[in-house]
Amino acid sequence: MNAIKEALKNVSDLWSLMVGLKVTGRYFREPQRTVRYPWKALSNTDTYKGHLELVGGMKDPFKPRCISCGMCALACPSNCLTVVKRKAPKPTPEEEKALAEAKERGEKPKDKTPKDPEKFIYDFSLCSLCGTCMENCPAGALQFSGNIYMAGYSRNDFLFDLVVKMRESEAASPAEPAAAPAATSEA
Amino acid sequence: MLQNAYPDQIAGDFYTENFAKKAAEGSLILNLGPQHPSTHGVLRVVVELDGEYILRAEPVLGYLHRMHEKMAEVKTAAQFIPNMGRVDYGQALGWNWAFVGAVEKLGGIEVPERAEYVRVITSELNRIASHLLWWGAYLLDLGAFTPIMYAFDDREKILDILQIPTGSRLTYSYFRIGGVASDLNEDCVRRIREFIPWMRSRLPMYKDLVSDNIILRKRIEGIGVIEPDVCQRYGATGPVARGSGIACDLRKTEDYSVFRKLDFIAPTSELKDARGRYDVRMIEMEQSLNIIEQCLDMMPEGEVLVKGAPKPSWKAPKGESYFAVEGARGKIGVHLVSDGGKNLYRCKLRAPGYCNLSLFAEVSQGTILADAVAILGSLDLIIPEIDR
Repeated sequence: MNAIKEALKNVSDLWSLMVGLKVTGRYFREPQRTVRYPWKALSNTDTYKGHLELVGGMKDPFKPRCISCGMCALACPSNCLTVVKRKAPKPTPEEEKALAEAKERGEKPKDKTPKDPEKFIYDFSLCSLCGTCMENCPAGALQFSGNIYMAGYSRNDFLFDLVVKMRESEAASPAEPAAAPAATSEA
Repeated sequence: MLQNAYPDQIAGDFYTENFAKKAAEGSLILNLGPQHPSTHGVLRVVVELDGEYILRAEPVLGYLHRMHEKMAEVKTAAQFIPNMGRVDYGQALGWNWAFVGAVEKLGGIEVPERAEYVRVITSELNRIASHLLWWGAYLLDLGAFTPIMYAFDDREKILDILQIPTGSRLTYSYFRIGGVASDLNEDCVRRIREFIPWMRSRLPMYKDLVSDNIILRKRIEGIGVIEPDVCQRYGATGPVARGSGIACDLRKTEDYSVFRKLDFIAPTSELKDARGRYDVRMIEMEQSLNIIEQCLDMMPEGEVLVKGAPKPSWKAPKGESYFAVEGARGKIGVHLVSDGGKNLYRCKLRAPGYCNLSLFAEVSQGTILADAVAILGSLDLIIPEIDR
């Protein structure tokens, strides 16, 4: 009796291997699930949140909406942002005269310094993409870019001035934005 | 100048030398790791071997220590959230939840109901992803290569779904104090609904391909028996404790968030061996799908972040709080102490993997070296979480 049980058990054990092979065979006939990456574009990159970038203003899309308040730099957990404010422009002699007169009248002079930052230094090598800066920006001037193809040769390649980056994108705007990897050609 | 105690051998470091003092006659001291393919990271286990059999084993930790607890003392509470995504790469959202939950408890902050459901859905999805990662890697340890390909096929689908609200694929910092960072949009909900039947159709295939396979059964059945009292002595939680028949699931016992409204079971196994822990995790994946499906139906409309949620400059009130959630590996606990200052005074992170690993020294005694790898894998260790 025991010998029969043993034999039956061996058969069922062997059968479990057959069942596994059947699964393998079924999936062998199915099309490939992986993407031949460098030659084909990935389909899931649209929701990816890449490095930070400045948001343009309502009127001029290439003038940052940023008001240089520095809330982002304060909120950042890893201190990767530095906002450099613009200095007040030197007043012309006539303006100086008008300012002095206004002061005599007891009026407060109006600050005419442009609010957009002179520099917006962003160290991507320190950034952990948590989004705290965006959530604390009162002007809504920061956003994640969808750029997943960022690579560099040295650490300094990830240290950039976002204002300069914005100007570069303005210069490049008439042309098409950076071409995505061709979807059709397969090597 | 270091003195070489055994001139004909290469002297080990402090741990090996200390370990070798108690070595039996004729035994061999062997270092498993820190760089070893079957230890999932930089875990080092010093073992004393008599032939193929393990006489003693001692895990050596700290190769991936990143001072997360200390970093909590130099950052404000809201600034510390990105760190929680990096403690455990398997289930980052569990750690997110434990920390924000502790801060909410300390500050008395109410979370909108929709945010609670979003938290449950995303962290359960993350749990399935974590179990799939474990499943693939464990079988890789045991010498089966193909299963990880099937596991990653499904896991990629989860990562694609979680990328929609969180924006990242592995180290999420998605939960906020008082809610979550963004709502699940229509596209995301549709994809989760499509994913549930897909994953349900895959689980029987996993059973056919691997779970019933005689080679796997011979490898894990009766290996690494952990008695319930050993689990209790070492503080093991999660699938390790449930695999030993202890019904401890914080989703059931602590009743946090909306889990009391949900209908699910916390599986336990009476087998107590590696097979029991394997079964528990496989059933848990199924149960997580049930939880997600119910949450999608019950989820109310509304805000996902409470009005007046704490800013980075928010100061936690003076006091202490402890909050624990059920992670993929067990109880994730965060104990906060605040003195009312800008930063937290102390943040203690209780990692489930640390306790689960500590019983390895006792359980592995007398087993074959190849079985010790099967036990180590069945504990589902994530080394960054153990070292913190």
